[in-house]
Amino acid sequence: MLATLRHRCLVAVVCLLVLAPAHAADVLLTANHLPWWFWPLALFVTSFLIGIVAVPAGIGGGTLFVPIVAGFFPFHLDFVRGAGLLVALASALAAGPMLLRGGLSSLRLTLPLALLASISSIFGAMLGLTLPPAAIQLTLGLMVLGIVALMLVSKKSEFPQAKRPDRWSDALAIHGVFVDGASGSTDHWRSHHTRLGLLLFAGIGLLGGMFGIGAGWANVPALNLLMGAPLKVSAGTSGLVLSLVDSSAAWVYVNKGAVLPMIAVPSVVGMMLGAKIGARLLNVLKATLIRKMVISVLLFAGVRALLKGLGVWV
Amino acid sequence: MKATHTAAAGQQPSEQLRYARWLDWGTRLGLLALAGLFLAYGTGMLQPHVPHERLATLWSLPVAQFLAATGLPTGWQWLQFAQHGDVANLIGICLLASCSLPALLALVPAYLQRGERVFAAICLAEVAVLLLAASGVLSVGH
Repeated sequence: MLATLRHRCLVAVVCLLVLAPAHAADVLLTANHLPWWFWPLALFVTSFLIGIVAVPAGIGGGTLFVPIVAGFFPFHLDFVRGAGLLVALASALAAGPMLLRGGLSSLRLTLPLALLASISSIFGAMLGLTLPPAAIQLTLGLMVLGIVALMLVSKKSEFPQAKRPDRWSDALAIHGVFVDGASGSTDHWRSHHTRLGLLLFAGIGLLGGMFGIGAGWANVPALNLLMGAPLKVSAGTSGLVLSLVDSSAAWVYVNKGAVLPMIAVPSVVGMMLGAKIGARLLNVLKATLIRKMVISVLLFAGVRALLKGLGVWV
Repeated sequence: MKATHTAAAGQQPSEQLRYARWLDWGTRLGLLALAGLFLAYGTGMLQPHVPHERLATLWSLPVAQFLAATGLPTGWQWLQFAQHGDVANLIGICLLASCSLPALLALVPAYLQRGERVFAAICLAEVAVLLLAASGVLSVGH
């Protein structure tokens, strides 16, 4: 009884954590007499809270960061996307070495996919910085609502079986050994549908560069359900792919002058600190409930971006 | 937990562990530079090119208008302003965006030694893509 009550309180607190920054920022958006340091501080707190919930929700922080900050903070979308890419990049880089050592990321699976996605992300970033902000807001809104739909309907397979690896997978020897730390079981996995996977990752890279949004929401289903990598390996490999793809796109934003350290650095630091706490809370919180709450926040932010793009709620 | 990790690491290909080692050091260096330079910028040890109060009136502008208002350049010309705290922070950001480069280059001899020319070529192609993006050739100008 007491445990249930404690769990419910914890869930309520997390719910507030998710919703509070967006609401607070929306209320304060009208108050333009605030000192300059208020916004970087609010951004740090918001990124920290996003970092906490992003891990148990199973999505990259960048997916929440761009729609929330673009919707409720006074920064131009160009700078928000630049910061979003750096947030996703820093998180992916920080986690990368540990995931590789633990066999949760596969370098052989990453390299061919990342090459195509990197090329397309450069074009995505260039396109994103050329299109008018209203068009980007509108497309961002539609994409975030698409992510919500994907999160609602997508299935996952812990250990999918690639019965017959295709020629490409065989030639590139895309396979590996995954030791599950939770169950202690060892899984010798291999991949298939490599050509289609490459094509999909080219599209995912384009979207990632255009919106400055981490693409883990698309990478993981593509690696897991299409290419047949185990779920945990898909999540880890997705991070490693992001570390290369976001590096390419980030350079475009840096060279265009669309990275403001006053926006990017508090976001990166806040998100990384929050993600550390989020990882610790992984075993305490009910992931499905957190996921539902994150879907609600994304839905809200997606509608906000859509209305902002249409000029209805600016 | 540590034992599981060690066991898992023992089963990973050597080039994967090599890549992890290089990436680890690159990321540490990038994050350290990012945090240190931001501290110097935030505390005023390094004077910014755009004062904090003015920045707050400009960050809602599209990037082209922001650059016109501040006189900041595109591409690598920001290095000329690197003595200013706000611009100096780009050093940390550039380090983070480049830390995959040495890790990728470290893979090339390992793959070539094993006769895996395709993967060596993929690594070199990825390095070329990153260098092309970093060069600013594709993105300078409005």
